[in-house]
Amino acid sequence: MIRFDNVTKTYPKQNRPALDNVSLEIEKGEFVFLVGSSGSGKSTFLRLILREERPSTGEVHVLGKDLAKLSNWKVPHMRRQLGTVFQDFRLLPNKTVGQNVAFALEVIGKPRGTIKKVVPEVLELVGLAGKQDRMPGELSGGEQQRVAIARAFVNRPMLLIADEPTGNLDPQNSVGIMKLLDRINRTGTTVLMATHDQAIVDQMRKRVIELDQGHLVRDQSRGVYGYQH
Amino acid sequence: MRAQFVMAEIWIGLRRNLTMTIAVIVSVALSLSLVGAAMLLNSQVNQMKGYWGDKVEVSIYFCNKSDQKDVKTTPNCASGEATQAQIDTVHGQLDKNPLVQKVYTETPDQAVVNFKKQFPDSPLAPYVTASSFNNSLRVKLTNPALYQEVASQVEGQPGVAKVDDQSAVLKPLFNLMNTAQWVALAIMVIMFGVTLLLIVNTVRVSAFSRKRETGIMRLVGASNFYVQMPFIAEAAFAAAVGAVLASGMIAVGKYVLIDMVLKKQITLISFIGWGPVISVMPLLVVIGVGMSALAAVLTLQKYLKV
Repeated sequence: MIRFDNVTKTYPKQNRPALDNVSLEIEKGEFVFLVGSSGSGKSTFLRLILREERPSTGEVHVLGKDLAKLSNWKVPHMRRQLGTVFQDFRLLPNKTVGQNVAFALEVIGKPRGTIKKVVPEVLELVGLAGKQDRMPGELSGGEQQRVAIARAFVNRPMLLIADEPTGNLDPQNSVGIMKLLDRINRTGTTVLMATHDQAIVDQMRKRVIELDQGHLVRDQSRGVYGYQH
Repeated sequence: MRAQFVMAEIWIGLRRNLTMTIAVIVSVALSLSLVGAAMLLNSQVNQMKGYWGDKVEVSIYFCNKSDQKDVKTTPNCASGEATQAQIDTVHGQLDKNPLVQKVYTETPDQAVVNFKKQFPDSPLAPYVTASSFNNSLRVKLTNPALYQEVASQVEGQPGVAKVDDQSAVLKPLFNLMNTAQWVALAIMVIMFGVTLLLIVNTVRVSAFSRKRETGIMRLVGASNFYVQMPFIAEAAFAAAVGAVLASGMIAVGKYVLIDMVLKKQITLISFIGWGPVISVMPLLVVIGVGMSALAAVLTLQKYLKV
């Protein structure tokens, strides 16, 4: 699903690499936490998978493809097989909940009939049945994140990438989001989640990958957050 | 669905960026109307060249009775009116000259008829008689530029009062029009530059104000074409509106300047009709839309990366 082979990424005008010789593999259907303090290289790791950045050296394989060999115009097709969720939700404030989810389908040219059918289904899956016509501003943070997850999942991606999805939520809402991600993972979708949320990592007991100053310092199945500290 | 969605996005973009859109429309309209004016000026010059090219270029006037009294200006006519033999001699020489394409004769009687036909409204028309005119030959040259060689052959011959190069009269007019064409071209280039900068800036602002949308589009895997199309279409739409305005401006300009003013004041020149004006219009739309879409594409290469 995802394979990093000796990946190093150094940004221009920076001495220390953001990622330093990282090798690892994530299998299909796994649920993986990516932990580490700020500046540890988590974001770079995710950006490399989304091909928003290219490695300085080493190879990144996503969904069986070597991203270095993927031509620019094929990148959008690759991204259609990934779902992405962020801490700040990234919803369009002037579109309704339904339109926000539909937007993801409209911009890749899905026919109207499909959109009409799929959007309510996925909203029901994330627990927002009946809220299709509400505006994002009328929803709680937890509900907004559910909209973002619905948008990420509406294409039934093979891989869901979540960058601190609970970072802006209270513990109760965070638990709800984690239950949802767990359910999505059970449908066969691989989930990779970067997080600072110790309680969640400790509770879920999934694989934990820890980065520190660009180095891979821990890769532990059924791990907890604060193992080394 | 897709088309409807894209149209909605374009409309949102144009409305959000209204002041810039208006600026683009106005500046496209101005630069394209200059393009149109330059093109029409060119076809006017060509038409005049064709019109005058078909006419006689050199006129040879023979002495008449009145010239005999006016020896100062026409010393050659001291011996009186030119005889038919003198006229025939000159005619014969011109016929043999390889530079001469054709020679027409115009008797004073014909001259009266021609004058009345050409200037029917002239207050002089009723008073014009055959005695006001000279016998003359009208010569068409193979190459109008070699006028001097033909003139020198004929000048000073017995009975020849005066040789006129008609194209010399028109030369300043052609020079003026050529200069006007260059000035229009220069202003056009500057306006094009300003317009392009404005389009680039507008597209940039537009792309920036929709960063959130385009960011999400990229995340969910919209193709580059899909992400960029609304911006390109916006620029093209503004340019199309500008081109239509420019077409209107040159139509009004032609009507006011040529039909209302120049045509009434200058009867000697044949002015362009509506044909060239109408054929320039679709060209303006193509140039405007193409230029602005191209500017948008190049701008987006820089500001909307994959």
